[in-house]
Amino acid sequence: MIDRLHLSPNQRAWRRFRRNRGAAAALIVLLGLIALILFWPLCRLAPAAAVLPKAMSHPPDTISDAQFAPPCWEHWFGTDAHGRDLLSRVCHGARISLLVGLVGAAVSLVIGVLWGAVAGYGGGRLDSLMMRFVDVLYAMPTVVFVIVLITALNAVLGKWQAGPHGLSEEKARLLQFAGLFVGLGAVSWLTMARIVRGQVLSLRRRPFIDASLVLGASHARIIWRHILPNVYGVIIVYLTLMIPSIILYESFLSYLGLGIQPPQASLGSLLASGAEQINPIRIYWWLIVFPGVALALTLLALSFVGDGLRDAFDPRGEG
Amino acid sequence: MLVLVLGLLLPLAGCTGGEPKADLVIINGPDPETLDPALGTGLEDLRVIGALFEGLARNDPVTARPIPGLATNWEVSPDGCVYTFHLRENLRWSPGEPITAGDVVYSWLRALDPRTASEYAGQLFYIKNGADYNNGKVTDPSQVGVQALDARTVRVTLNHPTAFFLDLCTFQTLAVVPRKLIEKYGEDWLRARPLATSGPYLLQEWRLNDKIRLVKNPYYWDADNTRSAVVDCLPISAPNTALNLYQTGGADIIWDRENIPNELLDVLAQRPDYHTFPFLGSYFLRCNTTRPPFNDLRVRKALALTIDKRRLVERILRGGEPVADHLVPNGTANYLPAAGLGYDPALARRLLAEAGFPGGQGFPHFSFLFDAASGGGRIHEKVAVELKEMWGKQLGIQVELKPMEKRVYLAAQNRLDYDVTRSTWMGDYDDPNTFLDLFRSDNGNNRTGWKNARYDTLMDEANQQVDLMRRAALLQEAETILVHDEVPIIPIFFYVGFNYYNPARIKGIYSNMLDDHPLNAIWKTAGP
Amino acid sequence: MYFIKRILFLVPLLLLISFLAFMLVHAMPGGPFDRERAPASPEIEHRLLAKYHLDEPVLKQYLRYLNGLLHGDFGPSMKYRNHSVTDIIVAGLPVSLCLGALAFCVAMGVGLPLGFLTAIHKAQWEDYLGSLAAVLVICVPSLVIGPILIMLFAIKLRWFPVALWASPWHAILPMLTLGLYFSGRVARLMHEGMLATLHSEFITTARAKGLSETAILLRHAFRIAALPVLSYSGPMLADLLTGSFVVENLFQIPGLGVFMVNSSLNADYTMVVGLVLLYAALLLALNLAVDFAHCLLDPRVRYD
Repeated sequence: MIDRLHLSPNQRAWRRFRRNRGAAAALIVLLGLIALILFWPLCRLAPAAAVLPKAMSHPPDTISDAQFAPPCWEHWFGTDAHGRDLLSRVCHGARISLLVGLVGAAVSLVIGVLWGAVAGYGGGRLDSLMMRFVDVLYAMPTVVFVIVLITALNAVLGKWQAGPHGLSEEKARLLQFAGLFVGLGAVSWLTMARIVRGQVLSLRRRPFIDASLVLGASHARIIWRHILPNVYGVIIVYLTLMIPSIILYESFLSYLGLGIQPPQASLGSLLASGAEQINPIRIYWWLIVFPGVALALTLLALSFVGDGLRDAFDPRGEG
Repeated sequence: MLVLVLGLLLPLAGCTGGEPKADLVIINGPDPETLDPALGTGLEDLRVIGALFEGLARNDPVTARPIPGLATNWEVSPDGCVYTFHLRENLRWSPGEPITAGDVVYSWLRALDPRTASEYAGQLFYIKNGADYNNGKVTDPSQVGVQALDARTVRVTLNHPTAFFLDLCTFQTLAVVPRKLIEKYGEDWLRARPLATSGPYLLQEWRLNDKIRLVKNPYYWDADNTRSAVVDCLPISAPNTALNLYQTGGADIIWDRENIPNELLDVLAQRPDYHTFPFLGSYFLRCNTTRPPFNDLRVRKALALTIDKRRLVERILRGGEPVADHLVPNGTANYLPAAGLGYDPALARRLLAEAGFPGGQGFPHFSFLFDAASGGGRIHEKVAVELKEMWGKQLGIQVELKPMEKRVYLAAQNRLDYDVTRSTWMGDYDDPNTFLDLFRSDNGNNRTGWKNARYDTLMDEANQQVDLMRRAALLQEAETILVHDEVPIIPIFFYVGFNYYNPARIKGIYSNMLDDHPLNAIWKTAGP
Repeated sequence: MYFIKRILFLVPLLLLISFLAFMLVHAMPGGPFDRERAPASPEIEHRLLAKYHLDEPVLKQYLRYLNGLLHGDFGPSMKYRNHSVTDIIVAGLPVSLCLGALAFCVAMGVGLPLGFLTAIHKAQWEDYLGSLAAVLVICVPSLVIGPILIMLFAIKLRWFPVALWASPWHAILPMLTLGLYFSGRVARLMHEGMLATLHSEFITTARAKGLSETAILLRHAFRIAALPVLSYSGPMLADLLTGSFVVENLFQIPGLGVFMVNSSLNADYTMVVGLVLLYAALLLALNLAVDFAHCLLDPRVRYD
C-alpha cells in the first residue's frame, strides 16, 4: 500500500498523466515524431544511405527534372514544382515547424512570465499600469502588428547584411528565423502574462511569502524560488496549447508570403503552397495530403498531450 | 440557433438581389488604384480608364496602331516637330456639354502640372517646355508647346521629331478629362456621380473588392459601335477563384496570366480558351555595376552565359514565353533586333577564370534579390531557385536568395544596394524607345549604376531621326552595346500577352503587342 | 458604476491606440507609392509625397491626422486614391459583420451541442468521436478546408456558387469555412465547462432537490457551463473579423478582412490606422458587453 501523501504535487501529476491513456498515447506519438525528425538527416550519411532504400536519402532542396511526380518507388511522397523530394521536405518542414512553435512559444513565455510575474508580485499601481498596457495591446489586431514587425525586421536585417558585415548565409538565415520567432512570440505573450499574473497575485497573498520576506529574502529570490515553481504547472499546460496555434499562425503567414522563406520549408509553408493546388482540373493531391496529415498529426499529438497535462495538474471529477 | 441564422440570412437576401446581369463579365486583376487618367499606372487601372476617357487618338482594336479618336485627322510639319490636330464636330461629355480643344490643352497641362504629381508626366516631356513646366522652371502654362488655336484645333510643338508621338497620344495619361468637374470637386472629382466621361462607357458604380460596373455612354461620338451595353470588371485576386468563376459561367474573360493558376498552364494551354501572343514585356536581371566583382564585364558575361533560359521557360514558366537574348521584344514596331549572348557555359568558365576566379574559387558570396509575392504562382521565387542552382553547378559560385517585400526590394534597387536582382518592364507604347530609354545614364529607372556615353549619344541621335529605317539601325547599335558588349542587364524572357476566353462566344478581341483590347469592341454571342 | 467608468475610458484608450498604430505603420520601410517604375524625375516623387504630407515629420503628420479624426474624417486611402477610408469601411463593414455573425452562429450551433454531448457521454464512443472531431477541426487551417469545400460542394456537386457575395446561397460555404475552426474551440470549452459544472456543489444540490436529470442538464448545468464560452465569445468575434482574410480572399467577399491585411502589406497608412481603430473599438465594446452579460448571468460575479 503506497502512501500517496509523500509524493510532491508534480510527481502526483505525472502519475495522473500516465493513467490518462489518450494523453499517454499522444505523448508517445509526439516523441516518435521528434525522433523521426531528428534522425532523418542521418539517413543521408554514407554508411546509412548504402543500406537504406534510395527514397530515404534525398536531400530536401535538390532540384531535379522529375517535377510533380506522384508518389512512387523513387519518391515515397512524390515531388514538387522543382522536382524536390516531398518526403524529405515534409520531415525537414516538420522539424522547422516544431522549432517555430517551440521557440515562438518560448519567446512569448519569457516575455509573458516576466511581465505577469512582475505585475502580479508588484501589485497595486504597477500591476494596474502593466495590465492596462496589456489591455491596449489586446485591442489591436495581431495581423497588422505581425506584418509590420516582420517586414520592418526583414528590412533592418537586409540593410545590415548588405553593409560591411556581410554575414554568412547560415547566420543570415538564423537571423531571419529569429525575426519570425520574435514576431510570433510578440503576439502571443499577452494571454500568458494575464494567466501568470493571476496566479502570482493569488500566491502573493499567501502567508509563506510574507514569512520569507520577514526572514530577509530578497524579492528576486522569492519570485525565483517560491512563486515560479508553483506557477510552472499552469505555464507548461498553456505552452503546449499555444504551440499549435503558433504553428498554424505561421502557415497563415506563409500564405501571405511572410513565413519561412525558400528554399527552407515548414509544414505551414508546404501546406500553403499545396493549398494553391486544389482545383477541379488536376490536383497534385500528394502536395497537400502529406504535409496536411503531418501537420494535423503533430498538432493533434500536442493538443492531447496538453489536455493530459492540464488534467494531470488540475484534476476535476476526482473528488 | 437556427432562428438566429435564418434571421441573418434574410437581410442578406434583401441587400444583394435586384441587379440586372451584365452583358460581359471580365476578370480584370486587382482593383484599380485610381481612375484618374493623369494618375493611373497599373494595367488594371489603364484598362478601365481607357474605357472611360479618350484622347486625341486611340488604338485600333485589330492592329493596335493609332487611329483617330477625339481628333478626326492631323497634319505633321516636314521637320516632324509640329502636329496640328482637328477635333470632330459634336463631341460631348456624358452629361451633354461640348468637348473643346481647350479641354485637351487643360488635360495635358494638368498632367504636367507639378501639383498633380502624375507619375507618367514623363510621357509629355517630348513637348516643348513640358519637362520644365513639370519641374517648376517654367510657370507660365502658355509657354508649353500645346495650344488651342480655336475650339476644334490643337497645335503641339515638340522638342525634336518623335517617331512614337502618335502612340503617346493614345496613352491614357493624355486622355481628356472634365475640367468643370475637377474645378468643382478638386481631388474628389472621381467620386462625383454622374461622372462626366469622354470615352465609350460611363461609370455606374465602383465597389472596392467587389466590382466596377460600366454602362454604355450614349454621348460618345462612336456610341453606335459600342457592342456591349453593360460591362462588369471583377477584381479577383486568387487565381483559383478566378478560374472557378470562369468555369462555372460567372465570368467571360480573364485578362493576364497572373489571374490563372500557374500549375495548370499546361492543361489550360490545350483549350481553345487559351490565347497567347507576343507582348511588350521583358523579364531581365540587373547587375550592380558599381559593386565588385560585378563591375568586371567578364563576370557579368559569365553570369549571362550560364543561364539555361530554355529550361526556365519550359519548366518553370510553361506559358510559351519566348527566350530573350535582347531587351526589346521581337515584333515591336520600328525595331531591328540586336544579337545578344547565348548559352555557353564553357566560355563562361573561361571568362570567370580570366577575371580571377577559376572554377569559382575566391568568388565572394553574393545575394540575389527578388520580390516575394503571395499567390500568383510565385514565379520569381521559382526562377531564383533555378538560377541559384545553375550558377552553382556551372560556375561553382555561391548565391544567397533574398526574397524581400516589394517596397523594400524596390528601395534597395534605387539605392544601388544589391548585387544582382530581377526586374520586369512593360512597354508603354509600341516602340523600342520605351525599353531602351531606361538605360540612359541619367534615367531614374536605370538602377544599375551603368553609364555609357556612346549609348546616350546613339539614343539621342536616333530620336532626332525622321527616317524610321535609319532610326531603327541606330537603336540596334545601342542595344548591342547594352546586351552584348557591356551587359549591365541580362535578358531572360519576354512576357506573352495572355487572354482567356471562349472564342466561339466572345468576339472582338484581337491579339496585339500592347495587349490593348478596347472594351467597346468586345461582345458576347449567345452561341453554343 | 464600474461599467460607466469603463465606457468613459474608451475614448482616451482609442486615442492611445491610434497613436500607437500610426507610429507602428510609419516604422515600416518604404512607402505606399513605391513601384517598379520610378517616376521620370525625383521632383515628381517629391510632389507625390508632399501631396499626402508624407514628407513632414511623423508627429506633425499624426497631429494632422488627429485633426481630421476629430472632424470625422479618416483620410483618403493612399492606395485606392479615389476612395476615402470612411467609404471603404462603410461599404465593407456590413459584409464583414454579416459573415462574422453567420460564422458565429455556426460556431455556437455546432460547438455548444457537441461539447454538451461529449461531456454527458464522457469516456464513451460519443466522447471520443466528438472530441476527435473537435480537435481535428482546430488542426486543419481554413486555407485547406476552404478549397476542399469549394471543390466538393461548389464544383463537383454544384450545390453552391463558387465565389462572390450576391445571395444567401453564396454565404453558406464561407460561413462554414470560417466557423468550423471556432466550433471546435467552443466545443472544447463547453466540454470542460460541463465537466466542471457537473461535479460542482450547485448541481449536487439540484439533484438532491429531486429535479429531473434533463432539467438539471439543460436548464442549470448548461447555463453555468456556457459562461466560459461567453467570455471567449468576445475575442472570438474579434478573431472572426480579422481571421476572415483567408475566407474573403478565397470567396472574393467584399469585407474588411482583406483590407486589413493588404493595407498593412501596402503601407497604406490611413487605411491601417482606420481599421485598427475600428477593430479596437469593436473589441472593447464587445468585451464590455460580454462582461456585462457575465455579470447578469452569473450571480457569483460582482464588479466594484
